[in-house]
Amino acid sequence: MRFFFKTDYVQDIRLFRDKVDTFWYALLGLAVIALPLVLIALEEDYFIGEITWVFIYGICGLSLMVLVGFTGLVSLGHAAFLGIGAYAHAYFIQHGVPFSGAIVLAIIITTLAGILVGLPALRMTGIYLAIATLAFAIIIQEVFSRWESVTHGFAGMPVEKATVLGFSFEDDTAFYYLCLFFLVLALWLTKNLLRSPTGRAWIAIRDSEIAAQSMGVNLALYKTMAFAYSAGLMGMAGALFAHKIAYLAPDIFTVILSIQLLLLVIVGGLGSLHGAIFGAIFVALLPPTIAILRDYLPEAISRQPGLEAGIFGLILVLVILFEPLGIYGRWMKIKLYFSMFPMYKRATFKRQKSYMKSERLR
Amino acid sequence: MTFFKADGLAINFGGIKAVDGVTFEVKKGEIFTIIGPNGAGKTTIFNLVSRIYEASEGKLVFEDRDITRTPPHQIAKLGIARTFQNIELFEHATLLQNLLLARHAHKKSGFFGELLFTPGVRKMELEHREAVEKVIDFLDIQQYRDTYIVNLPYGVRKVTELARALCTDPKLLLLDEPSSGLNVEETADMAFWIQDIKNLLGVTVLMVEHDMSLVSAVSDRVLALNYGRMLAQGTAQEVQTHPEVVRAYLGG
Ligand SMILES: Nc1ncnc2c1ncn2[C@@H]1O[C@H](COP(=O)(O)OP(=O)(O)OP(=O)(O)O)[C@@H](O)[C@H]1O
Ligand SMILES: [Mg+2]
Repeated sequence: MRFFFKTDYVQDIRLFRDKVDTFWYALLGLAVIALPLVLIALEEDYFIGEITWVFIYGICGLSLMVLVGFTGLVSLGHAAFLGIGAYAHAYFIQHGVPFSGAIVLAIIITTLAGILVGLPALRMTGIYLAIATLAFAIIIQEVFSRWESVTHGFAGMPVEKATVLGFSFEDDTAFYYLCLFFLVLALWLTKNLLRSPTGRAWIAIRDSEIAAQSMGVNLALYKTMAFAYSAGLMGMAGALFAHKIAYLAPDIFTVILSIQLLLLVIVGGLGSLHGAIFGAIFVALLPPTIAILRDYLPEAISRQPGLEAGIFGLILVLVILFEPLGIYGRWMKIKLYFSMFPMYKRATFKRQKSYMKSERLR
Repeated sequence: MTFFKADGLAINFGGIKAVDGVTFEVKKGEIFTIIGPNGAGKTTIFNLVSRIYEASEGKLVFEDRDITRTPPHQIAKLGIARTFQNIELFEHATLLQNLLLARHAHKKSGFFGELLFTPGVRKMELEHREAVEKVIDFLDIQQYRDTYIVNLPYGVRKVTELARALCTDPKLLLLDEPSSGLNVEETADMAFWIQDIKNLLGVTVLMVEHDMSLVSAVSDRVLALNYGRMLAQGTAQEVQTHPEVVRAYLGG
């Protein structure tokens, strides 16, 4: 068991809590950097591409975590932002804009789209907001298929491999590092916001709008900011997504994808950055895992259509029933179990009985 | 100079006149208490002052400034803070985060500075932390600093609400039933704190309270309310013995 002795206010605003944490994160960083080399040595290069998906979905997860997990606004339309980012990036690349310029433009455009959606969404919460964002996503998908001069409609739009400052990221391993870079950047920026007044204002809005307002938080402004920032991150993910998938078509950015992205943060664990990453690992690695398992399953099961969706759904239901805090919540418990061993008590995470809270003021 | 004044304040909910022509003035440095039976309109007055409700009639003045139409999020910046009768803490955040949020009105950093967490933002954060720590020491809640609100007992949540309001550096503090749900000992603590807030911090207090022993102990002046109308105003003793007030409480 480890105790944290705080001796300085700075300890609470550091990126990592203490030396021990810094050590573990550094080790994790090294492992992630070394992983492609190990996979190449093992001749399992295929997995490099699969893990790249974890990074891209990780950025998507951060985007939704800010909106859903920290600000408490539900969106069922985030695939639209991913699509706007992907198409915008691909369009600019096609028109000769270099990678760095194109991705910045893609982020700016999705951010503006986020503000546009955020503004009317200010007066809505819960299910109404979910429906409004859903409608937005459907409209945008229609735009993708109709606006042929930009998106080439259902004919599709090929995206060439990324080239940054003359260096080609054609190789899977190189692209892996590019996506890793953007994920770390997104994590750092988001963590910065969360340890600043803006992040606290988002959390405050999530937990009590009336109190947040009385403490000086401009609800309209901060909700719009959450939408804008979330959309901007989605735009960043979209640019990488475009290169990764290599061919854009309107039927990629469906409502199903939006729902999958929302489930990503729920399974990962709402309200923590770890949750976004855990969720991304889950969503990105479940299909290849099932593909491998298929070989070992009896034929009657492995041949079933919809096996993947079924398992995804099953895991989701189990998570919501037994671990509302998602994979991150389970991870915390396992960590505590080992650090307290053999004195772990099951009741540690049992919530103390809460008193009744009246809704009258709302 | 007028410190705080409500003039002919009124609001209707459907047919009910929840507050009906209420006029009172709070002087700088005093503890002013509003009493009245359940549903008298006390909390509604607080919601009008913090601009969550729109007054249908009347005027609110704070430090000679008309705040009847000020947006709710600017009230804290002017120096008016409040607590809530039904505790409105940010439950899935730590006590420390709750108090730091109360510094929001004093925020000077911009979005992009925060995005990069510039040295300037870091310095501001440390300054906010220092201000918050003073309040933590004042109310003696050091041990709960890193506890999530959902895991705190009721009494501590009540104190946290008070702490959060104090962290905004208010000139006028609105306390909605600070002693409700507290035991005798905790209520006595609360009485001391309210007096200290007035005497040591120099904050003016406008309070709603049911516990008459607490009211008599700390209030300079008392206003009694029933069905949104004013019944009597004066010292705690005067108001408590006023025939109309007695009748209102006995349900006559
Ligand atoms: N948002 C609202 N919509 C409709 N009616 C309301 C609303 N807020 C308050 N009321 C009504 O206004 C009246 C005054 O309510 P208020 O909460 O101010 O009472 P109170 O004096 O604070 O009572 P208590 O001692 O129970 O806290 C009540 O009849 C209440 O039902
Ligand atoms: Mg009340």
